[in-house]
Amino acid sequence: MTARTTHPLAAETPHPANVLELRDVSRSHGGGLTAVQALAGVSLSVRAGEFVAVMGPSGSGKSTLLHLAGGLDTPTGGEILVEGHTIGALSRTARAQLRRRSIGYIFQDFNLLPTLTAAENVSLPGELGGVRRSRAHREALAALDSVGLTDQADRFPDQLSGGQQQRVAIARALVGDRRLVLADEPTGALDSATGEGILQILRERADLGAAVVMVSHEARHAAWADRVIFLRDGSIVDATVGAPAETLLGRREDRSHR
Amino acid sequence: MSIRHSLLALLASDSAYGYQLRARFETLTGSVWPLNIGQVYTTLARLERDGLVVGAGSDDEGRIIYRLTGPGRDELALWWSSPVGRSARPRDELAIKIALAVTDPTIDAAAILQTQRSDTMRSLQDLTKLKRHTEQDEVAWRLVLESMIFNAEAEIRWLDHCESTLLREAHRRPEVGRPPGPSEPTPQNATARGTGAPA
Repeated sequence: MTARTTHPLAAETPHPANVLELRDVSRSHGGGLTAVQALAGVSLSVRAGEFVAVMGPSGSGKSTLLHLAGGLDTPTGGEILVEGHTIGALSRTARAQLRRRSIGYIFQDFNLLPTLTAAENVSLPGELGGVRRSRAHREALAALDSVGLTDQADRFPDQLSGGQQQRVAIARALVGDRRLVLADEPTGALDSATGEGILQILRERADLGAAVVMVSHEARHAAWADRVIFLRDGSIVDATVGAPAETLLGRREDRSHR
Repeated sequence: MSIRHSLLALLASDSAYGYQLRARFETLTGSVWPLNIGQVYTTLARLERDGLVVGAGSDDEGRIIYRLTGPGRDELALWWSSPVGRSARPRDELAIKIALAVTDPTIDAAAILQTQRSDTMRSLQDLTKLKRHTEQDEVAWRLVLESMIFNAEAEIRWLDHCESTLLREAHRRPEVGRPPGPSEPTPQNATARGTGAPA
């Protein structure tokens, strides 16, 4: 690994395009006195090239936030924009199309179809979305290639290790160059070294210009992000941004060459 | 951290003068524990007083070259063979601070926990970034970084544990770990308790 000189960091690189924007978003379940507020007025913007981690205890609203961002759930208040489109204002078809074209979703338990090969698992969403079979296959191979699974394209999920299965799931989430990648505890089922490989891939995707939002309860994994958001009881209570790589590395260089 | 023993260990492989020792130490540890040159020379003077090193002549520029003596080698061998004692480390200020915070009803312990967690997370982000930028052959530096990464992670886990303990206690005994009421504002903001209304 070498230093990237054009590392896009959250705080330093102003970018006009927010890939994801939550504006005062709330989500409650039930009504009246028994209403449960899962998310209470959360505002959050994620730019292209930014990797954001969401941390918080169970029940703090992490998964709700991710589901809402991915259009898998509907807010009870506020609005959500993906690539400038207000999700709530779209028709069902348009929303499905946006989900397929722009949003990649990675789950903790991979969610691969056991009777399809790695390549078929990756190309299926495209084919269902009307992409021609040959093109979907080509894109699937490219996506598998980008996660280091070129040689495993024709294998079935049960012929792959947990880490490889998760990489297939990531390839499926990235196929067709999707700009918003949402990952729900993607390293949860993996050992530490394999988990780091997954984080490496997510990090690279962000560095290549995707907006990545990852829910994690592991601080060591969340630390790969440019920005870490802390959720408590449905609200953002704090956020941290690390120092730019240039500053950190520069500090080191200065000292050792003095 | 024992500067004394670090210098002995560096001198074991080769004689050196003060600036060289400092540079080697900082290359090894990625400059996370910067040594000032004064520290290096006072430590060398004490090591020489104790007969563990000896100033063996000087180079063209008049810098004194130090080398390890027999007793110095023995002292170093003893250091290598002994574990680093936990009790020898300074008192854990954070644990003491949190202990004090939870026993003082006017302090919002949850806010203190969050302030600390954010700060440690920021360090963890920086350390992780540095680790990602290490070269394949920088093994010593990477291990030092990983030591700090594991420590930071452990601290965050402990802070999470403190928080859930406080929440549990708050349910059991409502007066424990509560933030001050609205009638007595403090500099600590109370947002870290979130907006969820406890039953």
